[in-house]
Amino acid sequence: MPLEAGATLPVRTFRVTRADLIRYAGASGDFNPIHWSDRIAAKVGLPGVIAHGMLTMALVGRAVTGWAGDPAAVVEYGVRFTKPVVVPDDDQGTEIEVSAVVKDVTEDGLARLEITATCQGEKVLAQARAMVRPRPVGKV
Amino acid sequence: MPLDPSHAGRTYPPTVYQVGREKVREFAHAIGADDAAYHDPDAARELGYPDVVAPPTFPAVVTAAAIRQLVDDPELSLDFSRVVHADQRFSYARPVVAGDELVFVNVIEEITSRGGHDFLTHRAEVTTTAGEPVVTAWCRLVVRGEA
Repeated sequence: MPLEAGATLPVRTFRVTRADLIRYAGASGDFNPIHWSDRIAAKVGLPGVIAHGMLTMALVGRAVTGWAGDPAAVVEYGVRFTKPVVVPDDDQGTEIEVSAVVKDVTEDGLARLEITATCQGEKVLAQARAMVRPRPVGKV
Repeated sequence: MPLDPSHAGRTYPPTVYQVGREKVREFAHAIGADDAAYHDPDAARELGYPDVVAPPTFPAVVTAAAIRQLVDDPELSLDFSRVVHADQRFSYARPVVAGDELVFVNVIEEITSRGGHDFLTHRAEVTTTAGEPVVTAWCRLVVRGEA
C-alpha cells in the first residue's frame, strides 16, 4: 500500500504467550527472570510476568516492515517503553494492537510513521516512530 | 548511591560480533517474522543482499554485551536489579545481514537524575570490522532510586 502523508495504516495485532517469551529469551539471550518467573516478577513489584520490551519493539517492527512492504526498509526506529505488557500463564496470553499514521514523506521519499501500540486498551509505548524507505513499486 | 554524571563520555573497548545465518533465522522465528528475506538466502539475494537479512531489532542482540560492560564496570557501580529499559532507538545505515563481522563501541552519552531516579543513555556504534557504518543503537536506562 502507498505510504502517503496522512494515511492511516491497517491495524495489526500480535498474540503473545508465555511460550513466546521463552522463545524470545532464548533467541535474544535476555534471560531476566521477570520475563518467565511469576515468583521473581511478584518479588520486584510487577503485576505478573511481563514481555521483554524488545519483544514488543520487534513485533511493532513487524508491523512497520509489513506496511512498508519490505523486510529491510527501516532507516530509523525508536520507542519509549511506558507500560509493561503482562502475559498471563494460559493458552491465550495477551494481545498487542499496533496502528500508525504516516506523518509526512520527506523529499527523498522517506515515510515518517507515528505508531501506537496498546495492550488491554492501554498504551504500552510512547514516542514510537519509524522512518521507512518504501520499495519502489515494480522493483523486486 | 546516585550515578556520577561525570561518567558521561566513558567509552568501552570494542566488541566483535559475528552474524550467523541460523541466529538470524532463530531470532526471526522467535518474533514470528516469516518474511522470506529473513530465512532464505536466495530471497534475500533477490532483494540485493548477500545473505539473509536480520529484522530491525536484531542489533539489540548484537549489542547485548554493551549492557554487560556497564554492569561489570566497578567505577560506574550500576545496580542492575534496579534497572529498567526506558527507551530504545536505532538508526540504520543498512540492515544487518548474515555473514557480517560487526564490531561495536559502547559510549555513555549522558547521565542525569530526576525525582530520585538516575537516567543513563548509552550508544553503541556498530560498524563492520572493515569500518563500514551499519547501525547506531541508543538505549536509555532508568535506575530506580532506593525507596
